Amino acid sequence: MPPWFKKKQQRGFGSGDAGYARLVDNSAVDLSHGVILYLEDITVSFDGFKALDRLTLSIDDGELRCIIGPNGAGKTTMMDCITGKTRPDSGSAYFGQAMDLTRMTEPEIAAMGIGRKFQKPTVFERHSVFENLELALKRDKRVRYSLVAQVDDEVRDRVSDTLQRIRLEGEAERMAGLLSHGQKQWLEIGMLLMQEPRLLLLDEPVAGMTDDETERTAELFQSLAGQHSLVVVEHDMAFVASIASIVTVLHEGRVLAEGTLDKVQNEPQVIEVYLGR
Amino acid sequence: MRTPLLFRTLALFDTTGWIATGLFVAIMLVLLPLLHLALPEQSPFYVSSYVIALLGKILCYAIVAVAMDLIWGYGGILSLGHGVFFALGGYAFGMYLMRAIGHDGVYQSDLADFMVFLDWKAYPWYWSGTEYILWSLVLVVAVPAFLAITFGFFAFRSRIKGVYFSIITQAMTYAFMLLFFRNETGFGGNNGFTDFKRILGIPITSPGMRVGLFMLSGLTLLMTLLLCRYLVTSKFGRVLTAIRDAESRVMFLGYNPLWYKLTAWTISAVLCGIAGALYVPQVGIINPSEMSPANSIEIAIWVAVGGRATLWGPVLGAFIVNLAKSYFSVAFPDYWLFFLGSLFVVVTLFLPDGVLGLWKRLRSRVRRRT
Repeated sequence: MPPWFKKKQQRGFGSGDAGYARLVDNSAVDLSHGVILYLEDITVSFDGFKALDRLTLSIDDGELRCIIGPNGAGKTTMMDCITGKTRPDSGSAYFGQAMDLTRMTEPEIAAMGIGRKFQKPTVFERHSVFENLELALKRDKRVRYSLVAQVDDEVRDRVSDTLQRIRLEGEAERMAGLLSHGQKQWLEIGMLLMQEPRLLLLDEPVAGMTDDETERTAELFQSLAGQHSLVVVEHDMAFVASIASIVTVLHEGRVLAEGTLDKVQNEPQVIEVYLGR
Repeated sequence: MRTPLLFRTLALFDTTGWIATGLFVAIMLVLLPLLHLALPEQSPFYVSSYVIALLGKILCYAIVAVAMDLIWGYGGILSLGHGVFFALGGYAFGMYLMRAIGHDGVYQSDLADFMVFLDWKAYPWYWSGTEYILWSLVLVVAVPAFLAITFGFFAFRSRIKGVYFSIITQAMTYAFMLLFFRNETGFGGNNGFTDFKRILGIPITSPGMRVGLFMLSGLTLLMTLLLCRYLVTSKFGRVLTAIRDAESRVMFLGYNPLWYKLTAWTISAVLCGIAGALYVPQVGIINPSEMSPANSIEIAIWVAVGGRATLWGPVLGAFIVNLAKSYFSVAFPDYWLFFLGSLFVVVTLFLPDGVLGLWKRLRSRVRRRT
């Protein structure tokens, strides 16, 4: 394939306008082998620096997976690849059995049921908490529907359910920019829930949270696992220990170790990466 | 159950908003036309045709300012080339005005005077149909829309944002200005179109036609405000402001910003085109200098002075700046640009939310005291 053709694909018209912001029944994702996300040999380099180096990873449907690793291990780049923000130089990324994520745009991927929480909490600061959740609600997201959409009882019910779940009941009319850091994190998680994704990618979800908030987040994630699949990137080992059954350790863009937390913590390479140097 | 249209329209403004709208309608659409048409010229309350023409012109500018606010204030897209849409709308209607001159031109020819001057034998193909007012009105909407969709699609798809976008729009309007300066383009070169005689057979300088155009401009501004208000209070508007504040979050929620930006951008361009079409018969001339980059920058200044993302603010801004301009350019013609420049500096430094923001701040301060 000539390079200019590849470039064109990056602009996001690779798959025509199929799935564009349209309301998609994401039960359509083919999970016949029980695998929801499969990354194979993904390589991404920036100016010669390999952020990801033939990364291979697979996540089962309903799993709660934690990803740890030192700074620069490629955790955020991996999420960028899954959500369509960065195109890998080589390798493939499949959602379910048949959906090639490397050929889809960010909105298409989101509509297929992958939700993402950023490392820095990203909410619409000048919208109210209610509006933040309303915008996230799983609805047809094309322009012609937004032009005539109204806030009906169903929307209000869904929003108030989520507000309860993220413990922001009293803040519905507040500007999101006025929330505390921890509350913003929760709001962003709430926005993910409104999207009803199959797979949630959470980049450092408990950064800046109090111990109490962290504990409640752990409970929330555990209640989500099963119906949803979660991939959590986190530095807080106590938090990881409290939620994860399987942990993947990334280092220099590759998988260094994988297994239960106890097991990986005792592997000599992991100890060297974390404690050596 | 869906809310009936009437209630939704009523909910567009709060009480203050509707009072402002009522005042606007009373003054622009009733009082001023009456004072111009019904009073004798000797009366102290008589409104001269100069004032009507000046205010009519500013009403057109105000439509442009509101259109600009839609994409800049709410969409965060600063266009410094909106003059091009305004001018294209003006040229599209100007073609009809030129055809309506008929044989009353200097050369008493079928062709427009500048074409006789260039020794052309027939109208170029793109002038065909412009003798019909309806076709020319279609062009008023279609030409700016076409340019906006083409330009916007590629710019937004390539994710061009911020300063880069503003610079490209400047380049666009500059390129169009150069194109229209050429005689071969077929739009009268640097003289543009002028010497209009009539619209639908009615003399363009008659008081009835003047007031008619004036009221039509006022009505169009009102409809523009209602339309934009509807857009920004709808879910579409909430997505648009969300794109302004955190575009990547919007994408990861499953919205494609391209179509949202393109819709707002195109609506904005079409509104500018309509404003241009109303402007040209009222000032009696359209030439390529309307497309000069400085003109487009001035549009942004109106919006900044009035207050971004308020819709009413830009109307206020257009009136303040242009009334000041017509005063200054008579009283101190050499200093107008200095005044405009310092106005922009003052607003940027001290009034980030414009005049309307200042008003809101003062009001809340007074309320706190009482």
